[in-house]
Amino acid sequence: MLSINDLRASIEGKEILKGINLEVKPGEVHAIMGPNGSGKSTLASVLAGREEYEVTGGNVVFEGKEILELAPEERAAEGIFLAFQYPVEIPGVTTINFLKTAVNEIRKYKGEAPLDAAQFLKMVREKAKLVSMNDSLLKRALNEGFSGGEKKRNEIFQMAVLEPKLAILDETDSGLDIDALRIVAEGVNSLRSPERATIVVTHYQRLLDYIVPDYVHVLYKGRIVKSGPKELALELEEKGYDWIKAEVEAVG
Amino acid sequence: MSTETIDLKTRLITDFHAREAVMNGEASSEFHQKKRAGLARFEQLGFPTIKHEEWKYSNVRDLISVSYDFNAESSIGLAELEDLKVPTQEANILYFVNGRYNEKLSTIISPTGQITISSLADAYKNDPAKVASYFNELTKDADDAFTALNTAFTQDGVFIHIPDNQSVEHPIILRFVSDAREKNVGSQPRNIISVGKNSHVKLAEAFRTLGDQRSFTNAVTEIQVAEEANVQYYKVQNESENAYHIGTTQVRMLDRSHFYAGTVTLNGKFTRNNLNIVLDGEHCDAHMYGLYFPDGSQHVDNHTVADHQKPNSESNELYKGILRDKSKGVFNGKIFVRPDAQKTNAFQSCKNIVLSPDATMNTKPQLEIFADDVKCSHGTTTGQIDEEALFYMRSRGISQPEAMSLLMFAFCADVVSQIKIDSVREYLENVITQKLASK
Ligand SMILES: Nc1ncnc2c1ncn2[C@@H]1O[C@H](COP(=O)(O)OP(=O)(O)OP(=O)(O)O)[C@@H](O)[C@H]1O
Ligand SMILES: [Mg+2]
Repeated sequence: MLSINDLRASIEGKEILKGINLEVKPGEVHAIMGPNGSGKSTLASVLAGREEYEVTGGNVVFEGKEILELAPEERAAEGIFLAFQYPVEIPGVTTINFLKTAVNEIRKYKGEAPLDAAQFLKMVREKAKLVSMNDSLLKRALNEGFSGGEKKRNEIFQMAVLEPKLAILDETDSGLDIDALRIVAEGVNSLRSPERATIVVTHYQRLLDYIVPDYVHVLYKGRIVKSGPKELALELEEKGYDWIKAEVEAVG
Repeated sequence: MSTETIDLKTRLITDFHAREAVMNGEASSEFHQKKRAGLARFEQLGFPTIKHEEWKYSNVRDLISVSYDFNAESSIGLAELEDLKVPTQEANILYFVNGRYNEKLSTIISPTGQITISSLADAYKNDPAKVASYFNELTKDADDAFTALNTAFTQDGVFIHIPDNQSVEHPIILRFVSDAREKNVGSQPRNIISVGKNSHVKLAEAFRTLGDQRSFTNAVTEIQVAEEANVQYYKVQNESENAYHIGTTQVRMLDRSHFYAGTVTLNGKFTRNNLNIVLDGEHCDAHMYGLYFPDGSQHVDNHTVADHQKPNSESNELYKGILRDKSKGVFNGKIFVRPDAQKTNAFQSCKNIVLSPDATMNTKPQLEIFADDVKCSHGTTTGQIDEEALFYMRSRGISQPEAMSLLMFAFCADVVSQIKIDSVREYLENVITQKLASK
């Protein structure tokens, strides 16, 4: 489904991603962990098409298509979704209006007729229930004045509405209380299917207790330096990153 | 090729004297004496140049380089005005075509008798002394050539007189149409509005141009707001690519009154709006909202004054602009706090999005505070569209142009939502949506 080959990217002349390789197959969940500043959010942003980052090498194939040449909105329409580590506040645009525009723009891209107001509302109500998203938040300006947890929940709600093929969750667990964490994880799990895949960027095992990954990767200094089964996350939780850093330094 | 440059000032003065010569007895009336004083003032001031501090960024050279027919007839009918219509709602709608009241097109539904809503010319015929006593009262000390010129040439406009304790249920919509389909036309509407104690009214002035010839509108509105009155006043300009508009709205507020102004410039070649509010009472509050949208080589200049003369009052101002292409914007916001005006609160903010490297915005807040116990704040920002927000929206599948329009519409929303006449607000939302979609 997703194939990242030797991907390199820099910002302001500084190379952040230094040759990433990753294969994600339909139905899989991949966790990406790694110390602060190692490039996790950069990878997520490059996949979503943020133009500030300059791709200096490699390629990314999604569902048979080279996506690096596509605009962010085209990638979204192809089925890639990024839940932001820091969702943006947009005053003056209500969440519901924003989502309606998004849904219908994607339908347009696919050559489908727009949903009418009633169909859209029905669908949105169902999805809101799924992530226990309060109706009043939908009518408010997008993320404006939302608490940290509400913003994260809104990301998952948007994901539920847009039903992407590949969801990339960038630290969606941080800032969530225990109940919210469970609700968000249930939301993610309810979307799991043999056709869909998820990349979960996280620092904590506790999310992975709910969203059990097939693979765990460690990103360090712009490279994936270690990959393993779900037990790797437990090991990291226990031992931290020093042993991995030591391994990397010893080799390189 | 002839490169005749005309001297508009001399022409106007000659015109005035020619009219005066055929006036008979009326020339000695109080009304005409005021007009004559206006002419003298205009003669003395002359058209401003960019050396004038208040006109530094707004050059009227182009405006005064041609002549205009100030008495142009127009056979315009409602059919031709269809596209200018705001969505229907019960309202008093008064049409002024090339500056003169058009009774055929107009509908006045508020009960007359108590409340006067009529053309200035009709009001003058009925009660010359009353109209003369209001005329130029608020603007008599104005140091502005265009205001003086309007005074000298006042013929028509609206006269609204609302006695005490009246709530005017239906909004009053004044539609000023310049019919420039055949030639350059000029108009100088004068609107006189007085709102009695504890009375409430909502009114809007809407300016449109038909045709491609030049139009020059020089409008003056005087609004007296008595104690405890509540006035919502909106000015909407959606004129042609060849429309020049200079306007002054002069307001005087008394104790515990409320005044809301919304000034929206959607289109026009050259626009200068002066909004001067004198808070001549305690515990009053004045609100000024503005929005402007120039593109091409359009020019929009908003000058505002909040003049706090008495203690315990508040003024609150928010102007916003989106500038495209090679357009220019000017904002000058003055706040005066006079020595007596202790415990004044005055807030001012001007925010702009400049979408093109060739567009410019000049902002100048100007605070002159002569009292010590006051709260004042001001801020101006001029920036580009928020890239973070744009990426966020695009990452959800919203195309770049659509995301831009949503963001810009949102940017305008906190001004548009202040417009409390539904039909006017809906009209603005429609025009703004179309404008945003067009680029
Ligand atoms: N816009 C930018 N300008 C300059 N440097 C940047 C920019 N974005 C990211 N970087 C740098 O790139 C590196 C990787 O940042 P990134 O946000 O991808 O890390 P991360 O792995 O997501 O960290 P965290 O766990 O703290 O979220 C950091 O050193 C960061 O300072
Ligand atoms: Mg990060």
